[in-house]
Amino acid sequence: MKRRWNYSLWAGFLLVVLGLVSYVTFFVRFPITRDFPWANLLLFFAGAVLLGKGLIRSFRQPELYRGKILGSILAAVSLAGIGFFSYGLFYLVRQLPSSAAAPRVGQKAPDFTLPDQNGKPVTLAELLASPPTGTAGARANGVLLIFYRGYW
Amino acid sequence: MRSFQQRLADFNTRAIRVVAISVDAPEVTRQHCQKLGFTYTFLSDQNAEVIRRYDLLHQGGGPKGADIARPAEFLIDSTGTIRWINLTDSVTVRARPEQVLKAFDDLKPAAQTGA
Repeated sequence: MKRRWNYSLWAGFLLVVLGLVSYVTFFVRFPITRDFPWANLLLFFAGAVLLGKGLIRSFRQPELYRGKILGSILAAVSLAGIGFFSYGLFYLVRQLPSSAAAPRVGQKAPDFTLPDQNGKPVTLAELLASPPTGTAGARANGVLLIFYRGYW
Repeated sequence: MRSFQQRLADFNTRAIRVVAISVDAPEVTRQHCQKLGFTYTFLSDQNAEVIRRYDLLHQGGGPKGADIARPAEFLIDSTGTIRWINLTDSVTVRARPEQVLKAFDDLKPAAQTGA
């Protein structure tokens, strides 16, 4: 008798793959799924349950279900993928310098001159002296400096 | 970055200038801003001089071991004094616009000259 296709192994594996790629491609866009990757962990969990279910039946009922070898491989690959993801998202992203000597609240912000996206030099003093484009005021009430990693 | 663009009107009504800084070249940033529709100011610190002055250098943090800025946000008032800082401990967790707006609204009115 031809053994049955063990769909739960593949569904589980697909969910894990989806969990791996969806963080960078989709969930990173929303602070609520970016700050903590709970959506991806949920996908991993669902994938692991399905993989486990598929593996159990391939070993317990090998005469009925396929997937003893392939299922083990898919499970191992999934585990490695989840491990890699966790290493990146719970360890690597936290390897930041302490910035202990950064300017503190109450201090004057060190002035600077840097070119803007059009190559025009801009100083912090100028930024403070001019309002945001399209607003009426004589000068800015404040400047928000956002330092970001770049390499866009 | 996208979230600050989305809330830019709230920063404009408070006359707060939003300024982003990285080691990227102006040309790269300009194209990227056009593509994504970012209209606030982006500054280019290619030698990481200002990033170093603010002690925000992440040595080897970029692709191929390039030196880049660690994520950080500073709210500076009209007198040039720093009033609020956010130094995240994770690359994925950044300041949200509403946090900054609240920090600004919580400042003593004295700091908001011309408001």
